[in-house]
Amino acid sequence: MRPPAIYFRNAPRGTTDLQVNPEGARVGRREGGVDMGEDADEPRQQPPVATAGALPLGPESGDPPATPDEQMLLAALRGGDEAAFETLVNAHYVAMLRVALLYVRNRAVAEEVIQETWLAVLQGLARFEGRSSLKTWIFRILANRARTRAVREGRSVPFSALASQEAEGDEPAVEPERFRPADARWPRHWASAPQSWGEIPEERMLALETRERLRLAIEALPLAQRAVITLRDIEGWDAEEVSGHLGVTDGNQRVLLHRARSKVRAALERYLAEV
Amino acid sequence: MATVEEGLSCQELVELVTAYLEMTLPPREQVRFEAHLAICPGCTNYLAQMRETIRLTGMLSEETIPDDGKAKLLDAFRTWKHGHTGE
Repeated sequence: MRPPAIYFRNAPRGTTDLQVNPEGARVGRREGGVDMGEDADEPRQQPPVATAGALPLGPESGDPPATPDEQMLLAALRGGDEAAFETLVNAHYVAMLRVALLYVRNRAVAEEVIQETWLAVLQGLARFEGRSSLKTWIFRILANRARTRAVREGRSVPFSALASQEAEGDEPAVEPERFRPADARWPRHWASAPQSWGEIPEERMLALETRERLRLAIEALPLAQRAVITLRDIEGWDAEEVSGHLGVTDGNQRVLLHRARSKVRAALERYLAEV
Repeated sequence: MATVEEGLSCQELVELVTAYLEMTLPPREQVRFEAHLAICPGCTNYLAQMRETIRLTGMLSEETIPDDGKAKLLDAFRTWKHGHTGE
């Protein structure tokens, strides 16, 4: 059996809260300096600033602290402002659902995990330091909860291991048959070049069926590729947020994104070529 | 030989598209990439298709929250507030 969850497993405990691996990805920092452990997300179990003074933890550490907007939101939340809570829920709920579904299969379970996460967020508010963004913190709790749940259900999702597997080997973005052979004139240039989509009406691009094809293409991706494209292109997270959240290197994050986008583009190209 | 800049092939270019869009290509590679694009309609279409794919994927985020889930959360908030602020 693999260890159930190996996010950040490269980060040595108790040494420093910032570990940089050879590819430059931040793999070890957590709010409050608490490292992994099944319930590392439990806000009440976190020492407030366990590693204060270890390393400067400003924005340059790769995990931006809470923004001024978030600070205001935090103050309102701590004061019991229900509208502020609703704003936060509206901002993140659907994304949380999508993230939870990367770990657990079933939507009902995903919704339970989200409920648990919000309770943990509320309970942890008083101790939240604002050294990571509120969003990063919430999704970290969510990922830990979802992973715990997945392990209990016998389906663990070790993204960092999956990521290395899925980023390995050769996986051409476009089938080699679409290029001219190496010994031809204009070697490795298009034999069957992509057509412009410029003439396709916007209504077709936005049609329900096009959306459905896109969704299916994403669902068909291997899990780590699906996770990366979901967070990057559906949720609009930046590269650092994604590699930090999934515990994958910057290099693997980019390879996975490349492979995922290439397949989704190809699926869309096939679909749009149908008459 | 090392000083001669070979042009990119289309097959090489498609593998650099993500790095190009992420702006992580080294300057020299970026120049080669753009030089190829300037003369290759196929790769220009390819890059445009990739951008369009990203745009359409981004539109999948438009989904609404199930009401019951949200209602439960607001209840949980009120309970928390009661215990927390004593209101």
